[in-house]
Amino acid sequence: MSSAEVRAPNSIASTPVHFRRATAERPLTRVILIGTALLFLSLFLIIPVIAVFSEALAKGVGVYFASITNPEALSAIRLTLLAAAIAVPLNLVFGLAASWSIARFEFPCKNLLTTLIDLPFAVSPVISGMIYVLMFGAQGLLGPWLIAHNIHIIFAVPGIVLATVFVTFPYVARELIPVMEASGTDEEEAAITLGASGWQTFFRITVPKVKWALLYGVVICNARAMGEFGAVSVVSGHILGLTVTMPLYVEVLYNDYQFTASFAVASLLTLLALVTLIAKRLLGGDAAELPLAAEAPPVTAGREAA
Amino acid sequence: MSIEVRNLRKTFGSFVALDNISLEMPTGELVALLGPSGSGKTTLLRIIAGLEMPDAGEVHFDREEATNRSASERKVGFVFQHYALFRHMTVFENVAFGLRVRPRKLRPPEAQIRSRVEELLKLVQLEWSGKRYPSQLSGGQRQRVALARALAVEPRVLLLDEPFGALDAKVREELRRWLRRLHDELHITSIFVTHDQEEALEVANRVVVLNNGKIEQAGTPEELYHNPATPFVYNFLGNVNLFHGRIEDGHIYVRGMPIALSPNGHELAHVNGKDAVVYVRPHLLDIALSPNGKASFPATVKHINAAGSKVKVELESQWGDPVQVELDHERYRELGIQRDARVYLKPRENKVFIYQI
Repeated sequence: MSSAEVRAPNSIASTPVHFRRATAERPLTRVILIGTALLFLSLFLIIPVIAVFSEALAKGVGVYFASITNPEALSAIRLTLLAAAIAVPLNLVFGLAASWSIARFEFPCKNLLTTLIDLPFAVSPVISGMIYVLMFGAQGLLGPWLIAHNIHIIFAVPGIVLATVFVTFPYVARELIPVMEASGTDEEEAAITLGASGWQTFFRITVPKVKWALLYGVVICNARAMGEFGAVSVVSGHILGLTVTMPLYVEVLYNDYQFTASFAVASLLTLLALVTLIAKRLLGGDAAELPLAAEAPPVTAGREAA
Repeated sequence: MSIEVRNLRKTFGSFVALDNISLEMPTGELVALLGPSGSGKTTLLRIIAGLEMPDAGEVHFDREEATNRSASERKVGFVFQHYALFRHMTVFENVAFGLRVRPRKLRPPEAQIRSRVEELLKLVQLEWSGKRYPSQLSGGQRQRVALARALAVEPRVLLLDEPFGALDAKVREELRRWLRRLHDELHITSIFVTHDQEEALEVANRVVVLNNGKIEQAGTPEELYHNPATPFVYNFLGNVNLFHGRIEDGHIYVRGMPIALSPNGHELAHVNGKDAVVYVRPHLLDIALSPNGKASFPATVKHINAAGSKVKVELESQWGDPVQVELDHERYRELGIQRDARVYLKPRENKVFIYQI
C-alpha cells in the first residue's frame, strides 16, 4: 500500500514533463504555497520562540537560573505542577467514563453530553473564571456560606485548581471518543464470553486498545493545564508566592518591567510546549498506526516484520 | 449440551429481528442458522451467547433456564465474524486469555496454561504462531486462532458468527471441511450462522432457515433441499426458475400449456381455478431443438457459459422472462446450440415445486 504511494512520485520524476497527476500542481504553484506556509510559520512561531530564549539568556546563564529559582518563581512552578497534578488525573477519569459511555451506550441526553463536553472550547476562559467568581466569590451564590465556614476558594489555590479542571476537561474525552467509537465492541464481547469480568475486560482489553489516544490526551491536557492563563487569572487574585501560577507570574514580571526574568519563566513554559509537541508527534504517529494495523491486509505486512 | 429457545422475541426500535422463535438443538449437533442479511440469525446466536437480551422468551441449556445468566457465566465459546482477536496480545496470550482471567482459585497453574495453549494451537495447526501478533497472520489463520481461543475455556457450546464470511473462496472451503472434522472429533454442540446455502448444506447436520425473524424450515440438509416447505426455502437453497401458472382440474397450466407432472406432494386433484407459482431448478430443465411432448416452452438462447462442471445456459422465454438451464457437457455437445438459437424448454423430471397462491 505505502510502497505504491512512494513509487508513484519517483516514476513521475524519471519521465519528466509528460504526465502530471490530476491533483499535482505546477512547480511554481507548489513553491508559492510551501513558501507562504513556511514564511508564516517562521514569522509567527519560530522567530518568537528564538526571541523568548535569547531574551531569557540575554543577561547570562546566572541571571537566568536566578530568575527561575527565586522563592516566588519556585512557588509559581509548584502551584502550576499542583494544579496539573490534580486536573490531569481527574480529567483522565472523566474522559474515560465519558468516552466509554458515549461510544458504547445509547442513553437520553447523549447528544447533550457530547455537546457540553465541548463547552470549555467554546467559552472564553475569562468567562469560565468569572463563573467561579460568581459561584464562590464573596458576593457570589455560595459566598456567604463559604465565608461563614472559613472556606477559601476564590483568590486561593482551590479556585485555581477548579478553573484549571474546567478549562481542560474536554481534552482526554475528545481524544478517546473517536478511537473508542472506531474500535467497536467485538474484543470486549470476546473477553466477556471467555469469562472475563467487567473490570478485567476494561483493564486488559479496553485500556490497552486506546492507550495511545489516552496518552496523547493526557499530554495535551497537561500542556493546557500548565499553560492556562485566562480562567486562572480571574480567580487567582495574583498573590505573589501564593496564588500565582507560572503563566500569571510571567505576566506579573513583565508588568514590573523585569523582562529577563519574565522571559526566563516563559522559556520554561515554551520548553514544556516543545516537549509536548514532540511527545504528541511520537504518540500521534503510533495512535494513527494502530487502527490501520488491525485492518491491514493480513499476511504480507506481518510476515516481513516477523 | 442441548440448547433450546422458546418464544424468543427481539426488536431493535421498530425493526423486528426475531419474531417468536422456538427451536431445539440436541447435544452434539452441528447446526447452521441460514438466512439472508436481516433475517435475525446473528441476533439469535447472540441471544444464545448472552451478548444480547431478548425482549421476551427463554433460553435453556441442558433443560435449565439460562436466560438471565450473563455471557461470562454461560460457558459458551463464541467466534466472531471478524475474529475479534486481542490485537495487543500475542497469539499465545489470546488463547490463554480465558484461562488467565479465571478467579485465582480456579486458575490453572502457569505450566498447565502453557501446555493447554500449546495443545490447542496444535489442534488448529498453528503451533508455530504463538509469539506472533494477530496482525501478522492471514485471515484463515486468525480465524483458527479465534477458534482455539474459544475452545480454551472448554465451552459446552460453540457459537460461530459467519465464521468464513471474510475469507476468500479457496480458504473458505478448506476451513469448512476442517470445521466439520473438528466437530466430528470434539462432539461439542455447535451452531454457526451463515448466509451461504452451500456452506450450510455441506457442513451442518441440521439447517435452520430464517427469514424476516421467523423460522421458515428446520431439518437435515437433505430434507430441506428435496422437500422445501416454503417458496422462500426453495428459492434460498439454490438457483431457481419461476413460472406463473394456473391450476385447473388438478392440472397445472403455464401460459395455457399444461405441464404433465405430479409435483411436490401437493394434493392438486381437487384444486380448480387457482393461481400458482411453479419453481424449477435449472438442472431440472432440459432443452430440445423441436417441440416434443406437451410441456415445451419456446425460448431463445441468450448466453452460454461452458466453463465449469455444468454448462450454464441463459435463455429468454417467449414471454420475455429470463430462464436458467444447466446441462451436462455431453448433452450440450449433442444439442450444438449457440447464441440466439430458438429452442424448447421441458421439465426433466417431475420434481418441481408448486406453490398455490
